[in-house]
Amino acid sequence: MSLLRAVALIVRRSLRQHLVSTSITVLTTALAAGLVLSVFSIHAQTYAAFAGGAGGFDAVLGARGNQLQLVLNAVFHLEASAGNIPWSAYEEVAADPRVKLAIPYSMGDSVQGQRIVGTTTAMFEPRDGARLELQPGGRVFDPHRGEAVVGSYAAAATGLTVGSTFHPAHGVVEHGAESHAEEYVVTGVLAPTNTPIDRVVWIPIEGVFRMGGHVLRGAGEDFEAHPHEPIPDAHKEVSAVMLQFHSPMAGFSLEQEINREATEATLAFPVGRVIAELFDALGWASRVLELVAYLVVLISTGAILAALYNTINERRREIAILRSLGASRRFVFSVVIAESSVIALAGAVLGVGVHAVILSVTAEVIRVRTGVVLDVFAFHSAYVWMPVGMVFLGALAGVAPAARAYATDVANHLRPHA
Amino acid sequence: MASSEHALDVRGLVKRYRAPEGGITTVVDVPAFTLMPGEQVAVRGASGSGKTTFLNLLAGILEPDAGTVTVAGHCLTTTPAARRDRVRAQTLGYVVQTFNLLQGYTVLENVLLGMMFGRGADERFARELLTRVGLERRMQYRPHELSVGQQQRVAVARALAGRPKLVLADEPTGNLDPARAAEALALIRGLCREQNAALLVVSHGREILSRFESVLDFSAINRAAVEAAA
Repeated sequence: MSLLRAVALIVRRSLRQHLVSTSITVLTTALAAGLVLSVFSIHAQTYAAFAGGAGGFDAVLGARGNQLQLVLNAVFHLEASAGNIPWSAYEEVAADPRVKLAIPYSMGDSVQGQRIVGTTTAMFEPRDGARLELQPGGRVFDPHRGEAVVGSYAAAATGLTVGSTFHPAHGVVEHGAESHAEEYVVTGVLAPTNTPIDRVVWIPIEGVFRMGGHVLRGAGEDFEAHPHEPIPDAHKEVSAVMLQFHSPMAGFSLEQEINREATEATLAFPVGRVIAELFDALGWASRVLELVAYLVVLISTGAILAALYNTINERRREIAILRSLGASRRFVFSVVIAESSVIALAGAVLGVGVHAVILSVTAEVIRVRTGVVLDVFAFHSAYVWMPVGMVFLGALAGVAPAARAYATDVANHLRPHA
Repeated sequence: MASSEHALDVRGLVKRYRAPEGGITTVVDVPAFTLMPGEQVAVRGASGSGKTTFLNLLAGILEPDAGTVTVAGHCLTTTPAARRDRVRAQTLGYVVQTFNLLQGYTVLENVLLGMMFGRGADERFARELLTRVGLERRMQYRPHELSVGQQQRVAVARALAGRPKLVLADEPTGNLDPARAAEALALIRGLCREQNAALLVVSHGREILSRFESVLDFSAINRAAVEAAA
């Protein structure tokens, strides 16, 4: 017990005596620890958030092309649309007994940089895995009027509230887009869902069909809607159809049919798999980041080693005095190992703070860009193995300085000139 | 055969050094030397005669080339290193001219650290000792905040804090003026008497030596010194 007290006292005093070098070393270690935590936990959390960000939909039906582009465009409202599919494709898939729910999306316009999606009121009805709530005082749009429901982030970003009006802009560019003449009134603002849905301004799909300048090519020829005249279904087209299946098997069987046999459409199913493929494709980037993090850890371990190794030179007399008081060589060795471990532990603890900052910034960037909200409090095994690993590496870094302290020539360093 | 009733029992102690110009120089060659508990002896000798080396050998700081050093029945030279350090901490107190205080630590911590390696820290006794040496108001001071005389008293308190059986003092008053030196020496001798610890003081100060009943020439103990002189 007494020896442990002695170790604690000496370590405390030594770290305080070399406050500047200790602080720099702890900060270096904290950056390394924070980086390691961030690389691993952000990757895991981003994956979990994106894989679960489909808003309760199992699949997306869209124009023939890349499944990833379809998912990014229809689910995460990123990238450009790959094209449209005829309304009949929507009706066909909606009537398929394997399909539980089919909701059409029509995209291509925006308001103040926030994407506008034309859809049906079915979007706002409760479904498995998602339930969109309106904030108090709001209601769902009337599908036959120029009304809109705004996602929570889009409302905050544009300043739109219930009763506000806006003119949709053509295209999805933030500034300089040409505005349509049609005016829309906001009838409701959605409660936050922490999914990409929050970044969307929802209007009736009929409104998209009738928007001035929109050309419908569902029948293969250009068609422009005229006010107060019905639009024949054959001319209508949609950007995507969001689907829920009765069972995964139903999804697989439909996927076989559409992707192998159809020529005009692509079914991205399951959405989670498509996202997983995206993460797999970006796996090399993750590995590069991991490598960089490990490299920084190595540098911080070297910093601990160098800092302690240098201080041992200054502390030879102190070590000799301790030895003359009865401290064993093993004790002196342990003190230095304890010092390096404490520096590493302090760095690891501070590293959690660094990680929290990196995670918060990353989470905010991802939220702004995609609407996906990371669970910053989610547990990751790195929270356990990182501090343990850092302390182990810290102890390892202390071995060379400790060996130097161990070998201190007591008689030589007790001399008055020493 | 080492006697357990001796506070210090030295047999055939030899220490040699490799000289810079080559060859081996014997610095210490003490065939026999003993101290009884409570005995107080001063040793005088010229500078460079090997007195400090002798004390470092007795303190276990240096390892001899031959011979044994037994303190309070514990043979330091044959005991394994780890145990020897503990025995040293429990049985030996060492005061040197430069005091060897730990600069980053308070006065109290300096004394407590000395105890921690031996029988364990006894803060009450440490405070009592520091009060005895007149430092009751300086316990939280750092050594550099003290006068030289006060630093010397910390070193004395630290050497005695572990209730040693043998106290070694190498020019313990070398940095003090005569009045302070007499005071410090009286303190060391008084505390050793109280604890029945043997005291071996090495000095070449006449004032110091004159206060001891038993004063030995180092050359009378150390055959190497005689050879060097011859």
